[in-house]
Amino acid sequence: MTALILKNVCKSFGQVEVLKNIDLEVEEGEFVVFVGPSGCGKSTLLRVIAGLEDATSGTIEIDGKVVNQTPPAKRGIAMVFQSYALYPHLTVKDNMTLALKQEKQPKNEIEERVRNASQMLALTDYLDRRPSELSGGQRQRVAIGRAIVREPKLFLFDEPLSNLDAALRMNTRIEIANLHRSLDASMIYVTHDQTEAMTLASKIVVLRDGMVEQVGSPMELYNNPANQFVAGFLGSPSMNFIPAATVGGSPEHTLGVRPEYLRINGAGRLDAKVSHVEKLGGDTNVLVDVAGANTMTVRLFGQHPVETGEQIALDFDDKDTFLFDAGGRRV
Amino acid sequence: MNKARRNPFNVFASHAVLLTYTLIALFPVFVILINSFKTRKAIFREPLALPSSDSFSLIGYQTVMKQGDFFLYFQNSMIVTVASLFFVLLFGAMAAFALAEYRFKGNTLMGLYLALGIMIPIRIGTVAILDLMVSTGLVNTLWALILVYTAQGLPLAVFILSEFMRQVSDDLKNAGRIDGLSEYTIFFRLVLPLVRPAMATVAVFNMIPIWNDLWFPLILAPAEETKTLTLGSQVFIGQFVTDWNAVLSALSMAILPVMILYVIFSRQLIRGITSGAVK
Ligand SMILES: Nc1ncnc2c1ncn2[C@@H]1O[C@H](COP(=O)(O)OP(=O)(O)O)[C@@H](O)[C@H]1O
Ligand SMILES: [Mg+2]
Repeated sequence: MTALILKNVCKSFGQVEVLKNIDLEVEEGEFVVFVGPSGCGKSTLLRVIAGLEDATSGTIEIDGKVVNQTPPAKRGIAMVFQSYALYPHLTVKDNMTLALKQEKQPKNEIEERVRNASQMLALTDYLDRRPSELSGGQRQRVAIGRAIVREPKLFLFDEPLSNLDAALRMNTRIEIANLHRSLDASMIYVTHDQTEAMTLASKIVVLRDGMVEQVGSPMELYNNPANQFVAGFLGSPSMNFIPAATVGGSPEHTLGVRPEYLRINGAGRLDAKVSHVEKLGGDTNVLVDVAGANTMTVRLFGQHPVETGEQIALDFDDKDTFLFDAGGRRV
Repeated sequence: MNKARRNPFNVFASHAVLLTYTLIALFPVFVILINSFKTRKAIFREPLALPSSDSFSLIGYQTVMKQGDFFLYFQNSMIVTVASLFFVLLFGAMAAFALAEYRFKGNTLMGLYLALGIMIPIRIGTVAILDLMVSTGLVNTLWALILVYTAQGLPLAVFILSEFMRQVSDDLKNAGRIDGLSEYTIFFRLVLPLVRPAMATVAVFNMIPIWNDLWFPLILAPAEETKTLTLGSQVFIGQFVTDWNAVLSALSMAILPVMILYVIFSRQLIRGITSGAVK
């Protein structure tokens, strides 16, 4: 069965249309990531799915039932918030069990679920603490634990990693991926970070200004972006765009080429001056000013003796490029 | 800013200013207290002298205890103040929550309407209020006072509390909704504990004017059995003779409960004023 179906969902706050005609399906067990720049409506869409906001129009179907009129607690979902949103006056255990007590679950069932969840998240030693006595990473795990114990049909995550530091973010990302594998549940995950989207998703939904730009697996979107926005948003460092005319193309078109497909080559098609070099050890990112175009990034593997101020020439294969028309659509 | 605060001269200056202010503020209280333990003659001879073995006297307290039912007045004042505070806080917080949390038609207008009461003194409506109380038969009951003080306190309470409630994290309330808490549970169990400092602020700001008020007790509930402490103390102030011993003793005793309530609320109050934010 399909875990979630959105049909023509719109949401306005007063005159402002935040979501425009969203159509979407999430299959059972799928890990779907909504990605897009800040303010594009990702959180609003998640809140509409959760029932915290009413859709202005359109239908929301969870597990085969239309839930437009169903309150959030009865939708079979659980949500993890960016700010953790733990109840400050309750212990970790009470935070996790509150919803189950509201559902009037039997005591031994509650105990069982808390035991499983706290083992899975390494929280067993902290069950009697208050949220203020935990570190950021532990709070995040409690928030996830609070979602797990409810055994929902659909997990909703709203930027759960953005308050963590870089090292912890990577670990927690892997934990969430493992969690998805072991629970085999449907998950929707919101982020503005393309790395999280690429690494976690089985399906990515790219949003811009309240509209779905493209839906597909990470590699589909990477290899075959539908438009300039998706092409520029996914991949890091992001794709280079130059007027196609600089390399002899149509003046209407923009040519896109990913940093990893650019080569520094004595007889290249583009003359460039190195403006900055980032040496990462494993990679070298070279930022260059190209005559008649903007700054471009070249990603070289390994270590290279490129210095700022050097004159170089860039080259690339035509099969590695993407062409976009004036409206940003793929040609 | 931090540097300026650490500078010893600035520390000294700010403490001097604060100490001076404290002395000025406490001086009348101090004078009332020492004079309440002196004989009438001593009060007038040397009002600023401490009670000595010569001038020490409890005559004022004895008069207060004998004349009128001081404990009843005290109890009335207590009931009126505590009940009014309770209703101001309860209804104020509920209205503030609705204004801060829910989007409905006329939300802003309602907020402005409720805030209007801050600018218009309730005493302007005294005649109408008295009329109302007479027709509802509430004259000379404590309810008359409680209702009026609740109405008087609500505008500022709603104004202050809704500002604080807007700062309570939406995620927290939403987490509650997803966990199946009712709106009432979210209000009482999640939001109220987080705005406690603001509640204490509102309580203290309302408590003192209610406790000290003479106007409404005199007009709405002057009967012997509903007299408040402030009104009760007035019997010692005559047109021609005033029993200063009794007046000062009554006032000294009237300070006590306010001080106790203040101590209860003050830690929260200071947090409310200095932080001004809910995390
Ligand atoms: N309650 C609201 N009232 C009015 N506008 C809102 C409200 N919530 C969100 N918005 C607007 O909707 C847009 C999308 O917000 P949001 O979904 O939070 O974006 P994202 O999560 O993608 O960063 C923003 O422009 C925001 O200003
Ligand atoms: Mg967001």
